[in-house]
Amino acid sequence: MNLLEIEGLTATINGKQILKGLDLALPAGQVHAIMGPNGAGKSTLANVLAGREDYEVSGSVRLDGEDLLTMAPEERAVAGLFLAFQHPVEIPGVGNSYFLRTALNAVRSARGEDPLDAMDFMAYTKERMALVEMDASFLGRSVNEGFSGGERKRNEILQMAILEPRMAILDETDSGLDIDAVRIVAHGANTLRAPDRSMLVITHHQRLLDELVPDVVHVLAEGRIVRSGGPDLAKELEASGYARLELEGAR
Amino acid sequence: MTDVTDEIAAEKSEIQALADRQYQYGFSSDFEADVVPRGLNEDIIRLISSKKDEPEWLLEWRLQAYRAWLEMTMPDWQMFHLDPIDFQDIIYYAAPKAKPSLESMDEVDPEMREMFDKLGISLTEQKRLSGVAVDAVVDSASVATTFRKQLAEVGVIFCSFSAAVRDHPDLVRKYLGSVVPFRDNYFAALNSAVFSDGSFCFIPKGVKCPMELSTYFRMNQADTGQFERTLIVAEEGASVSYLEGCTAPQRDNNQLHAAVVEILAMDDANVKYSTVQNWYPGDAEGRGGIHNFVTKRGKALENAKISWTQVETGSAITWKYPSVILSGDNSVGEFYSVALTTNHQWADTGTKMTHIGKNTTSTIVSKGISTHVAQQVYRGLVKIMRSAEGARNHTQCDSLLIGGKSGAHTLPYIEVKNSSAQVEHEAYTSKIGEDQLFYCRQRGISEEDAVSMIVHGFCRDVFKELPMEYVVEARNLLNMKLEGSVG
Repeated sequence: MNLLEIEGLTATINGKQILKGLDLALPAGQVHAIMGPNGAGKSTLANVLAGREDYEVSGSVRLDGEDLLTMAPEERAVAGLFLAFQHPVEIPGVGNSYFLRTALNAVRSARGEDPLDAMDFMAYTKERMALVEMDASFLGRSVNEGFSGGERKRNEILQMAILEPRMAILDETDSGLDIDAVRIVAHGANTLRAPDRSMLVITHHQRLLDELVPDVVHVLAEGRIVRSGGPDLAKELEASGYARLELEGAR
Repeated sequence: MTDVTDEIAAEKSEIQALADRQYQYGFSSDFEADVVPRGLNEDIIRLISSKKDEPEWLLEWRLQAYRAWLEMTMPDWQMFHLDPIDFQDIIYYAAPKAKPSLESMDEVDPEMREMFDKLGISLTEQKRLSGVAVDAVVDSASVATTFRKQLAEVGVIFCSFSAAVRDHPDLVRKYLGSVVPFRDNYFAALNSAVFSDGSFCFIPKGVKCPMELSTYFRMNQADTGQFERTLIVAEEGASVSYLEGCTAPQRDNNQLHAAVVEILAMDDANVKYSTVQNWYPGDAEGRGGIHNFVTKRGKALENAKISWTQVETGSAITWKYPSVILSGDNSVGEFYSVALTTNHQWADTGTKMTHIGKNTTSTIVSKGISTHVAQQVYRGLVKIMRSAEGARNHTQCDSLLIGGKSGAHTLPYIEVKNSSAQVEHEAYTSKIGEDQLFYCRQRGISEEDAVSMIVHGFCRDVFKELPMEYVVEARNLLNMKLEGSVG
């Protein structure tokens, strides 16, 4: 069964249409990659799914059968949608552990679970931090403040590990990272693969997909999915580029 | 485990915030009051002085202040609009009718005790947080001071100003006006003429005050002004942490609060003064509210340290600059401030650090938050005198705007007359970022909680300067005031 179903999705910002009737079906338990040239609408797709309010949106998006587009961002989050941001923001003065626990307890409360107190939270979190090779000192720092690019991206994967979403979108989590950091991030995401969890991995690079091997690769160009295929499609694109595909898409 | 305690405190405050939606201290209480006729003249001052059974020298001091005030004019450099104040339409003295002096807290009028219970301030010593002594001031008079005996055992004098005049006249006479002379400014002169009560605190040489001292100010009577006076003297090597809290009933007209706080920190003394100010701010349309025009100043002698921490959330207009005169070598002055203005509130606040001694150091951290159409001014003066060899100042003043119609203005003045001084000033103004809000909401945190979280983070550098017991209170206040500020 499909966890995420997108039909005829359009998104317009400042009078410019970015997504032009996008269709995508993502079965539970699968990892799909989205590749495509700059400006194709990849990050727009991630933002629209997460509920960023800057866009005019039409079409239909269902998460586990529920209409996603009518939900506020926080409702989508507690329904199990998670976005690993391309550019995670700093929130000065707000401790990482406090932020993470507040988020976790919001999600737990939506699932009908009791909130975790500070002690239980620490135990739960420390175990997950090992997954992305972060040490405890990081919990005492402010959210993303003074983090390196790699730390920010690892923090995103850590949040995913803590919040245990059903549908995770990774928006260029590998961009700007060196090879070691890509490996750490991919390892973290791989460990979180589960039969009831799906991932949509937006990337420019084959190297992430070497580690985090997708079930399906989609090519997004000109606001639509123009081609879909197996993991080999990513390799093909790396070799031949997007130019030919864009022509096909335009037809 | 401060991180955990911190989190628990934050959690409590969130629960509290749900319960409190508006100004919760807006009730007024009914107890008999002794009120002088409306208006101001020498006879009124004589009447106030005689009601308090004051010595001749104090009456004379008041009258001199009054005469000085008559020749002064209202300042007009402030940025906010202020209707002319009719000083003849104010009642200058209103004291709850009660026994003149209380031997024990059991003698406090039940009505009065009920009012303080409602305010969450228990005057019954057993119920008090251990480690905090309270002087409760209602309108013009101090009604109760807790823990006096225990403090007296170590030589600390903590009592109402009236009691100090009665029991320690020499000390009062010696130090009254020594840091803020009555000619200092318009409102200080007015206060000196008509001040009715307040707190007096004396920490003798070498004594570290064993508990927090606090004064709780409550304005109850309609049409009264509150003019209290606080005098804190820490002798050589003494130290004390002092807290002031304020509330007032909801009324449609503006009430004037013109207080004076003087601190003298002698050699090696350490005084920390914290304020959580929540006077009635007026309604959403800007009607009513307290005009909080206060002069606060400390003088630090050699190696002494004076630290002001303020959380200003109340009053229609807050207008004050808690300051430090760094007169002794190696003395330290600090000013940490959070001011939150919502609806039609104005805050014009900041500090003055006057460096006179060698190697004097001052630190200023000011955080202003404005929502709705509220406005704020940070106004600060860092003055390095010729004698202040090696003086240093660091100023950071940041503003956070919520919503499109609020405003922040930064007016730093720096005067340096000694070339060895180091003065640094950092300032930034930001709007609560859409990106920050979206980030929090994407993690499942509601918009209102996200705003509260971002604001608390913004204020963290100041909150960590507050005594632990008051961090929760300060956070509660902020949450309460932020309700409905988004969307």
